[in-house]
Amino acid sequence: MSDLNKLTLAEARDRLRAGDVTSVALTEACLTAIDGADQLNAFVHKTPDLALERAKAADARIQQGDAPAMCGIPVGIKDLFCTEGVASQAASGILNGFRPEYESTVSAQLRDAGAVMLGKLNMDEFAMGSSNETSVYGNAVNPWKVDARNLTPGGSSGGSAAAVAADLCLAATGTDTGGSIRQPAAFTGTVGIKPTYGRCSRWGIVAFASSLDQAGPMTKTVRDAAIMLQAMCGHDPKDSTSADLPVPDFEAMLTGDIRGKTIGIPREYRIDGMPAEIAALWAQGADMLRDAGAKIVDISLPHTKYALPAYYVIAPAEASSNLARYDGVRYGHRAKLAAGDGITQMYEKTRAEGFGAEVQRRVMIGTYVLSAGFYDAYYNRARKVRSLIKRDFDTVFADGIDAILTPATPSAAFGLGEMANADPVQMYLNDVFTVTVNLAGLPGIALPAGLDAQGLPLGLQLIGRPWEEGELLKTAHVLEGVAGFVSKPAKWW
Amino acid sequence: MSEIDLETARKVAHLARIAVPDENLPALAQDLSRILTFMEELNEVDVTGVEPMTSVTPMRLKRRVDDVTDGDIQPRILSNAPDAREGFFAVPKVVE
Repeated sequence: MSDLNKLTLAEARDRLRAGDVTSVALTEACLTAIDGADQLNAFVHKTPDLALERAKAADARIQQGDAPAMCGIPVGIKDLFCTEGVASQAASGILNGFRPEYESTVSAQLRDAGAVMLGKLNMDEFAMGSSNETSVYGNAVNPWKVDARNLTPGGSSGGSAAAVAADLCLAATGTDTGGSIRQPAAFTGTVGIKPTYGRCSRWGIVAFASSLDQAGPMTKTVRDAAIMLQAMCGHDPKDSTSADLPVPDFEAMLTGDIRGKTIGIPREYRIDGMPAEIAALWAQGADMLRDAGAKIVDISLPHTKYALPAYYVIAPAEASSNLARYDGVRYGHRAKLAAGDGITQMYEKTRAEGFGAEVQRRVMIGTYVLSAGFYDAYYNRARKVRSLIKRDFDTVFADGIDAILTPATPSAAFGLGEMANADPVQMYLNDVFTVTVNLAGLPGIALPAGLDAQGLPLGLQLIGRPWEEGELLKTAHVLEGVAGFVSKPAKWW
Repeated sequence: MSEIDLETARKVAHLARIAVPDENLPALAQDLSRILTFMEELNEVDVTGVEPMTSVTPMRLKRRVDDVTDGDIQPRILSNAPDAREGFFAVPKVVE
């Protein structure tokens, strides 16, 4: 019964229901894999006792015939999700020691459906980063490796991506503010979907930029993404921005038939300096969808170029406001004070010690763009540009486009440390293909479509109409089938 | 090209309540200047007559009944406090 950790979520579900595998056996296989993968630094808080307890309860439930799809499935939870009684610190020193008294809605829905949490996953601090190098836990490492270098699994959901790609869990939760599910999925040969803004409750997820943040699943296949997304979605009275809309049966929508769909190829995504391999993969993806019966048309999203600068005004502005709560009073780290220090020194020292460099930078940028005299020039202008970016998408959807195909990232995974001396803006360019989707609140999915010349996975992104995750998954499922990506990283850890 | 001087960097750090030692201010000012220069690409866009986005999904926020739904959980509220005394969050003296 070895290698149970390598099953897909769908395979595990079917075998659990058939009674030929138990959740305890699945969970033990994953716990063994996790203990053997410390070099990847993906799981940063392990919860084996809790996992086995939940696995036993899941087995009992399955025996009684009460088994939702996620029942008994071992999953990893990104450290951004508050989990009751289990360390939850958004990979930040400022939340050192924080053990929430409550469970985020999304992780509670998974728990209540019988999913088994194996532990908490590494990420960039407060989800700010594209390489998992801003984490207080240290870098997460990509299981894909082509030479002596350790590669980034991407970020911010780098631990989630590494854990799924290395078969440490069957699936994981991620969150995506500017590409933090889709970019790491692309870097690790896994599938990640960011649903429409409002599909998943944000309650209990440490807030970064509230108008952009969404949770989503990170999985081995599109089918698994459909199954897990279903369990994560739904209206939550505790999040006023969560949508009170019915959640369709996403898996049932994977019919394999996309004949008659119209797929747009946005010309503005052909950026200068795009590697030839990525351009070729993108063209192949379009051909595959055409061969499957879709119509491929060129489209224009004219404000694409302004998405990154608009994002890097709006996201830090919201972050500076959201992160004001980390003040050393109610939870987490408090600096040791010198004699005579007052409350202002307490705040300033606590935040200087607790926040890493990138978080400090973004909080200060956000503070600046919201400050008197600059609010209109930066923040309001960015929000107007955001309206125009959304209007670009509204226009092509109104013209009959069903989904949009783009590359997921401008490169394959790069080496950890290679961007250490780069301008912060260079790192931000990782999000160039993904950030528009957050600004417009749309669903987007990244899926592996091929390997580059070095042997590293490359991903494509499909962007869907609002609330049409089911149709998006259907198209992605067809593309996945034709692309036939089956490579796995060779185990070196 | 936007230039953030040391005084502005110091002021922003204070507004953000982050202690930045003087020797780190030049690097901070340079980082902030680079990022702001990047943001200034937005000045190329004609935004005449465009409303700033307030909500990305055109939905009315749901209202709920203004009821007390929980409470009496003081120990749980205080359980993560760095310094809690006699049922309160404790901080350094604020008023002399």
